[in-house]
Amino acid sequence: MRLNDTSVWQDGSGPDSDVVVSSRVRLARNLAGVPFVNAASAAQRHEVIRMVQHARWPGEVAPNLVWVNLQQATPLDRTLLVERHLISKQFADGDLPRSVAITHDESLSVMVNEEDHLRMQVLKSGMRLSECFERVETLDVSLERSLDFAFLPRWGYLTACPTNVGCGIRFSVMLHLPGLKLTNELEKVRRAAKDMHLAVRGFYGEGSEAIGDFFQVSNQITLGRSESDLFDHFANCIVPNLVEYERTARAVLINQSRMMVDDRVHRALATLRAARLLSADEAMKLLSRVRLGVCLGRLSDVDLATVHRLFLQTQPAHLKVLTSPDEPDPELRETRATLVRRSLS
Amino acid sequence: MPSDRCDHCDKAAVVHELLIKNGGTIEIHLCEEHAAAQGYVLPTHPPVHQLLTKLAMGGSGAGASTPTAKPGAKAKTRTCPNCHRTIVQIKESGLLGCQQCYVTFEESLQSLIERSQAGANFHLGRSPRGHRDAQARHELRSKLVRELDEAVTAEQYERAAKLRDRIHELSADDE
Repeated sequence: MRLNDTSVWQDGSGPDSDVVVSSRVRLARNLAGVPFVNAASAAQRHEVIRMVQHARWPGEVAPNLVWVNLQQATPLDRTLLVERHLISKQFADGDLPRSVAITHDESLSVMVNEEDHLRMQVLKSGMRLSECFERVETLDVSLERSLDFAFLPRWGYLTACPTNVGCGIRFSVMLHLPGLKLTNELEKVRRAAKDMHLAVRGFYGEGSEAIGDFFQVSNQITLGRSESDLFDHFANCIVPNLVEYERTARAVLINQSRMMVDDRVHRALATLRAARLLSADEAMKLLSRVRLGVCLGRLSDVDLATVHRLFLQTQPAHLKVLTSPDEPDPELRETRATLVRRSLS
Repeated sequence: MPSDRCDHCDKAAVVHELLIKNGGTIEIHLCEEHAAAQGYVLPTHPPVHQLLTKLAMGGSGAGASTPTAKPGAKAKTRTCPNCHRTIVQIKESGLLGCQQCYVTFEESLQSLIERSQAGANFHLGRSPRGHRDAQARHELRSKLVRELDEAVTAEQYERAAKLRDRIHELSADDE
């Protein structure tokens, strides 16, 4: 599989990118008259893939689509796609017929036969929920011309899990919240998020741990409000408040503990530039500190794009592809440390 | 039979306790508000599998207002005529088998959906094109019927005839 060095959604660009790493909007849809994926036979799943592949795809929204058959993909390729946030871990681990369509720039992907027949997502770097929303809606409306989606006026778009029913839409942002972590405010954020019916997850979404102070925040409510209402509340109220909260925490840190912050970010950079062995977790933790230093202007000789590229390239599958994909078990810690040292020196 | 109502008000009870005291038993039924006032900690959003477990066991989930079947009753063994899923299988996987499940198990699903959606129980978002067209036709027909009434009242018979023709056309489109 050929992939770019950095996903376009991970290049560090976009509004509010000091806090918002990326934006994503996802739609869940099922084909009318076909059992949901969990109840479908292998033949029915193949038929779903065929129907979706032969649907009318809008060239302007989904150009240069590449279809990846997950049944034929190697475990390494599947893990690569998970690390690039193009498919879910659950989708990678399955063994039944399923496929994913990905645009060349990786900003749009459509999983076929995940939990629902279609899971369409648009990803962008920084706070660009509006663009993601517009694009995924355009794709949905276009596909709807040739695909009949399961729908009931009472419940809206029908999903396999009844808690996703209604608009079947999920807005999410990947936030970098080291300031709130260092000021011990994260628990308050989690409680507030729960009260506001938001899900707070780790770096790889559902079921994953928070690595390097990265948190994925998304809406849980999908029923009883229109898509634009849900978008407006999430993008214009929730996210700006979280961004402001993190910035305030960072300002407090700089005003009250400047030396501690400087020590922390410079020490992290020095370790990354000197280490001979680096685990994936340690690399993420140290890169997260360097990211904070870059965003606060405490480190001038590293840029955000380099840090983001390393977040991706230091993941196990990426490292294997970049170095020795054919070797059964290369010493990844050494390879990772070498890659990081060279990139940051 | 446990009370559905709070001991202190007329709201639905979400906490049901049976206390044994001095050889006798005392039943306690509290709504969310009175339960919180008395120090009970209620989960705001139990995981979906917990809700489904309650649903499959014949309970309606805390806070539900719809009466459901008793354990072992019909709800537990009812089968979706399309995908043949039972509510027990749905509980185990947390997933419905097909769109018909939404109709077959609607009564049971309603409380689950309301709880996971902050009380919402009706779709207000977009509709697929076919549904939009049907809805638009319905709205237009209602408007034309009102205009027909006005036209007849105003003795504008030529206009009323045109309106009647258009209403018939719209009705034919629906058939």
